[in-house]
Amino acid sequence: METENKIGKFFLAVALIMLTLGLIFGGIASISYISPGFASSWIGFVQLRPLHVSCIMFFILIGASGSVYSGLNSLMPKSAYIPIAYLQLGLWLVAIIFILFSYSTKQFGGREYWEFPPKYAILIALAWLLFLYNFVTVVIKIKKWPVYIWMWMTGVFFFLLTFTENYLWEFPYFREHFVKDMTIQWKANGSLVGSWNQMIYGTAFFLMDKLSGNTAGSKSNLAFRMYFLGLGNLMFNWGHHIYTLPTENYIRVVSYAVSMTEWILLARIIYLFRKTVTEAQKLFHYFPFRFLFASEIWVFLNLALAILMSIPVLNLYTHGTHITVAHAMGTTIGINTMILLGACFEFMMKKNDTLVGSKVLNFVFWLTQFSLFVFWVTLIIIGLNRGMWQMQTTPSPFSSMMAEQGGLFHVFVVSGIVLMISLLTIAVALLNSFFKEIFSRKLSA
Amino acid sequence: MKDNWKRYVFAILVFSFFAFSLHLYSIKNFEYRKGYNSKLAQNGELVWQKYNCQSCHQMYGLGGYLGPDLTNVLSVNGKNATYVLAVIQTGNKQMPANNLSEDEKTEIIEFLKSTDASGVSDPKSFVKQVNGMISKDGNGN
Repeated sequence: METENKIGKFFLAVALIMLTLGLIFGGIASISYISPGFASSWIGFVQLRPLHVSCIMFFILIGASGSVYSGLNSLMPKSAYIPIAYLQLGLWLVAIIFILFSYSTKQFGGREYWEFPPKYAILIALAWLLFLYNFVTVVIKIKKWPVYIWMWMTGVFFFLLTFTENYLWEFPYFREHFVKDMTIQWKANGSLVGSWNQMIYGTAFFLMDKLSGNTAGSKSNLAFRMYFLGLGNLMFNWGHHIYTLPTENYIRVVSYAVSMTEWILLARIIYLFRKTVTEAQKLFHYFPFRFLFASEIWVFLNLALAILMSIPVLNLYTHGTHITVAHAMGTTIGINTMILLGACFEFMMKKNDTLVGSKVLNFVFWLTQFSLFVFWVTLIIIGLNRGMWQMQTTPSPFSSMMAEQGGLFHVFVVSGIVLMISLLTIAVALLNSFFKEIFSRKLSA
Repeated sequence: MKDNWKRYVFAILVFSFFAFSLHLYSIKNFEYRKGYNSKLAQNGELVWQKYNCQSCHQMYGLGGYLGPDLTNVLSVNGKNATYVLAVIQTGNKQMPANNLSEDEKTEIIEFLKSTDASGVSDPKSFVKQVNGMISKDGNGN
């Protein structure tokens, strides 16, 4: 049975349910920007924001875990210890229930940006330990790892490490200086993002190997050089989050220097652009590939934005503005979500499902890309306006600056809701396919 | 054999990461202006977290986007502890009213005093350098 990747599909189905919830909470929260206090009589922005962030985090982490399990199942069928995987998923579900319930009772962790009462982090850490065990027991049997196994291993290991580091503030030693606390907080946060990116980009590598039928790329020295470049950035580029924090200056220097190595990645994307497009023309009809191709375009756009934001003098204009939000949304939706949706189509849907390639889904795919682009550009414009405002000699009051951007906030909310609807449609289509398969098996059993 | 370079590079990076992490954990010489109670300020940070203030407000540009950055709110002309406590107590357009205990009020104000004493978050306070770096005094500090 497990050669059918049942456990991977279960993880991905839970991830899609969390995506659905996260989109709905995000959609409601965004309305606060044009209608202050919207829905506050029953749920405030202070609850909606962590609900949105946590559900999306669950989507990414459980989706990445499901993709890795699916990949491992494809490489080494029946190797993962399935009861442990189910226990892992069970721990995630318990953690999700407790965390979502804690927001409804206004119990917060209160730390930017993924926050919940710290005691529930133990459940997530335990789930991750089981994942680490399962992962290591499978990959140890594989000889000559392709680059995506290195990336998955990096992601699984560094997630546990940086997730733990994120709670060092519980010890008074780390909290005695506010600046030190923030330095370590953003060191952990920066590397935490890098860790799940490694798992998701590894999945993209794996899928490209599988879809193109060419496995040489993932074993080439060039692929490994790019991996090590990414790993170096995961470890040392986090300082660009805290350029304005009065911490040690060498943190800025190290981060600035390491971040600038990303020009190499950008140059490589431009150099390979023609090849990428040629390949896209051959495989574009195939839905998983289509999402991977979309993610490559978003990698290019967001990498360019990230590099510019990592130059300290430019960072003064972007830090603390909606340009940072544009970058976060662009990478989370444009890159991570596109790759995970591609993985869901590959691992969850049958090749002959009539939904794949239907006109409706084709339209929704393009609607997603278009609305995300409008959403992203609008956030950049709002951020630029705020950046210019904060650099004025005598800026107007904060509330006036926000009120002057009312028109742009309307575009942000409308494009965000269109994006929410389009992504919801895709998630529901995938879940529908999954549940149909489950029920048809039960009926035939 | 020819694949060993991957292991070496990985080992060097991981070693550097741990060494850098341990070094950062050991830093103690952050310079602060005084004028606040350190213990109360630490508790005040927990009050800040308890009411999830960061979902709307920022410290050094890090946090939510609905409200203003509060790092130096106590230094802003016309805004003092009384003003801050009044806003916390009554709320305004977006901001909900928060019913803090007397201890929590004292602690959150000490926390805001400590953030104010830690430095200036205003991006205008930085000197821009031709190499793309920024500093407070133009000499890399």
